[in-house]
Amino acid sequence: MKITLPEDEIMEKGHMACLGCGGALAMRYLLKALGRKTMVAIPACCWAVIPGVFPYSCLEVPLQYVAFEATGAAISGIEAALKAKGKKEGTTVVGWAGDGGTLDIGIQALSGAVERGHDVKYVCYDNEAYMNTGIQRSSATPKGAWTTTTPVGNTRFWKKTNKKNIVEIMAAHDIPYTCTASVAYPEDLIKKAKKMKDIKGPCYMHIYAPCPTGWKYPPEKTIELSRLATETCIFPIYEVTYGKYKLNKNIRDEKKKPVLEYLKTQGRFRKLDEETVQSIQHYVDDEWIKLKKKVECFGEEK
Amino acid sequence: MKKVLSGNAAAAYGSKLARAEVISAYPITPQTKIVEKIADLIAVGEFETEFVKVESEHSAMAAAVSASLVGARTFTATSSQGLLLMHEILHWASASRTPIVMVNINRALAPPWSVWADHTDTVAQRDTGWMQFYCESCQEVLDTMLQLYKIAEDKDVMLPAMLSEDAFLLSHTSEIVDMPDQDMVDDFLGSFEPENIMDVDNPMSFGSLSMPHQYFYEFRYKIAEAMEIARSKILEVEKDFEKRFGRSYGGFIDLYRCDDAEIVLVAAGSMSSTIRVAIDELREKGEKIGLARLRVFRPFPIEEFREIAKKAKKIGVLDRSFCFGYEGAFFTEIKSALFDIDERPIVKGYVVGLGGRDVTLDVIHEIIDDCQATTDTRTEPFKWIGLSR
Amino acid sequence: MPDEYEIVYKTYKDLPLSPIAKGKSLVFKTGSWRTMKPKLVLENCKKCGICWKYCPDVSILIVDDYPKIDYNYCKGCGICANECPFDAIVMVEEDSK
Repeated sequence: MKITLPEDEIMEKGHMACLGCGGALAMRYLLKALGRKTMVAIPACCWAVIPGVFPYSCLEVPLQYVAFEATGAAISGIEAALKAKGKKEGTTVVGWAGDGGTLDIGIQALSGAVERGHDVKYVCYDNEAYMNTGIQRSSATPKGAWTTTTPVGNTRFWKKTNKKNIVEIMAAHDIPYTCTASVAYPEDLIKKAKKMKDIKGPCYMHIYAPCPTGWKYPPEKTIELSRLATETCIFPIYEVTYGKYKLNKNIRDEKKKPVLEYLKTQGRFRKLDEETVQSIQHYVDDEWIKLKKKVECFGEEK
Repeated sequence: MKKVLSGNAAAAYGSKLARAEVISAYPITPQTKIVEKIADLIAVGEFETEFVKVESEHSAMAAAVSASLVGARTFTATSSQGLLLMHEILHWASASRTPIVMVNINRALAPPWSVWADHTDTVAQRDTGWMQFYCESCQEVLDTMLQLYKIAEDKDVMLPAMLSEDAFLLSHTSEIVDMPDQDMVDDFLGSFEPENIMDVDNPMSFGSLSMPHQYFYEFRYKIAEAMEIARSKILEVEKDFEKRFGRSYGGFIDLYRCDDAEIVLVAAGSMSSTIRVAIDELREKGEKIGLARLRVFRPFPIEEFREIAKKAKKIGVLDRSFCFGYEGAFFTEIKSALFDIDERPIVKGYVVGLGGRDVTLDVIHEIIDDCQATTDTRTEPFKWIGLSR
Repeated sequence: MPDEYEIVYKTYKDLPLSPIAKGKSLVFKTGSWRTMKPKLVLENCKKCGICWKYCPDVSILIVDDYPKIDYNYCKGCGICANECPFDAIVMVEEDSK
C-alpha cells in the first residue's frame, strides 16, 4: 500500500471525538510528525475530553491538562523545567489548544511565551468556535456563521466581524516560524511539524480543523470541505520562516473557486443573504491579494 | 554568615539556598525587590536557575505548576492583586499536588489602590488547599522558606505552601539575618525527587476528566488527608531545623509569656512585635498578658488553641482582614476550634490595620483595655479599632 | 467479563497521588456509536493508502497490504468512503451484512 505518512500511531483509537472530527485528525498527524519524545499541554477545549475519562488516555505521550488561559504559560514552565533538569535536548514541548484558548482567553499567555523566545511549539487546531462548551462564537468564527451565541434568528444575528488573523499576529512577533496547515493536506502538515521540531525557538502552527457538529455538515465531508476552504482561498496554506513568506498551495486565479461553493456546504451559513456573501467574497479576495503581495515583497530570494 | 537583609532580600536568598530550579514571577509592589534580587544573583553568576519572566501572575502560577509536574523545584512570589489573579491556579496547584513554595507580601486590595499591609489577600486564599504561614521577622522568612520546601515535598504531604510577610513593614525593613551555609541547607533539604513526573519514557496524563461516580471525591479526600499529615510534619521539621540551625518558632503558634496569662492576644505578622513591647510594659505593672502569634493558618492549629483556652480567661483576636457579611477570619476559626470544649474563655474580635493603618502601641493598649473590660460578647462580638467616627 | 484495558481503583488509597491517567483509551469500544458502517469492496481497491490516511479514529489497519476496518472502534463517519477515488469502500446500514 502507498503510505505517504510516518506509520507509527501515537494517538490511539477509542477516543471520544465526534464522527469526522477534524481536530482528531490534526492531532494524529502532528504526533506522527513529532514522534514520542514530545510533551503536550492541553487547556480546556475539545481535546481536554477527547482522550477519555480518568484513568484512560488516547495519547501515548506525556500530557498535562491545564487551565483554559494557561497554555502559553504551561509550555513555558515545562520548557524551563526541562532546561533546569538538563533534559530539554531531544524533547519537543507542544502547546495544543483550540481557537478559544489561542485567540481569545489564551492570547496573552501565547504572546508572552513566544515573545520570551522559549523553545516551544504552539499548535492551534481551529474549529472556528468554542465547540467543547457547545458551539459558542469565538474571534476565530468567520463572518456570517451561526453559533449558539450568534443564532441568526430572524434579525440576521450571525457573527458580524471577520476572523481574527492570529497567524499574522504571530508572524508580527518575529518568531522563527509561523505557518498554516490543513487536515486535507497531511503530508504538508507533517513536513511543517518536522520543520518546527528542528527549529530552536518559538514556532506557531494554525491547523484548519472542521467540525461536523458545529458547522452542520455530514461528517464524511470533512476532508472535502478542508480542500474547498483552501481552493476558495478562505484558508490559505502558507508559512513564514524568519520573516520570509512562502505560499505552499498557490491557487491560480482561474482555479480559484467562489466562496459561495464553500458556504453552501455548511448549515451554519444557511441563512446568509446575498449582501453578506458578497462582503465575504470581497474580504477573502482582499486578504488573498494582501498575502500574495507579502509573498512577493517578503518572499524567499529567487 | 550574618547579613543585613530586608524581608524581600531574605525571600530571594531563601530561594537561592533552597536551590529553586524554576522561578516564574511577575513584579508587583512591594514584592518587586524579590524578583530584582533574584535577577541580580543570576546576573552575577551566583544563582543557577531558570527565571521565567512571565507576563502575568496567572501565568506565573501556571508555569510553576507545569514546571513542578516535570519534577523541578519551583518558587514564585507575589502580592495582593497578583495573588488574587492567580487564585484559579492556586486550586490547580494543590489539586495537582505540586509542592510549590510562594512568598506573598501581604498588601491591601483595590479599590482604593493601596500598597500597604493588610492580610485580606492571603485570608481570601484559605480554601485553596495551600499551607499558609505568617512571618514576623526577616530571619523567620528565610528559615520558614527552607522549612516549607521540606514539609511540602514530603511524599505524604505534596502540597504547595505560601509564606506571608507584611508589605513594607517586613518586606522593606532590614534586619540582621543569619544566613545558613549552602552545605547545611543541601543536607537539610536534599533534592526534589517526586514519584510521578512528565517523562517521555513513561507517558502519563496529568489532570484528566473525572465523572461524578469516579474518583473526584476520593481525590479531594486525599488532599484533606495530606493536610492532616502535614500537621505532624510541620512539628517534625521544626525540631529538625532547630537541631541543625539552632532556631525555632514554636511550630504552629509562637507563644510569648502565655504560661500564666489571663488575657491572650492572637495576631499574625509584623504587629506581633509591637504587641510584645506592650506586653512587656504591662507585665512590669503586674498584668498577666500573653501573645499567641498565629504562625500557621493552614492547617489550622485546633489543638494548640484548645490548649491556650484551658488557661486563658480571655482571648483577644486581632484580624488584619475582614470577611464581609460576618467577621474576621481568625476570629471565626478560633471560636469554631473552641466550640467542642466544655469550658470556654471569652473570645473577642478586633479588626485592625486594614490598608496599612498603623497598629501602634496605643492601638494595642486600647485593645487590651477593651478586653479587660469585656464580660460578655453577645452584643458586641468584635470591634473595629481606630475607626474615625 | 472485564475488558483487558480496564483499570479499577478499589479505595482512595489505591489511587495515584493526583488524577494521573496511565490507562489506554482502547478500553472504549467506540464501534458501538455507529449507525452506518464502511464496507470494503477490495476488487476495486488500488492500495492508494488514502483511506488509511484520513481515518480520524485510526480504525483502518493495513493487513497484507490491503485496508482492513477495525469495527470495534470505527464510528462510521464515512470519510474513507467519501475520499476513496475507486469506490472500494461503501457505507451501508449498521445492521446489514
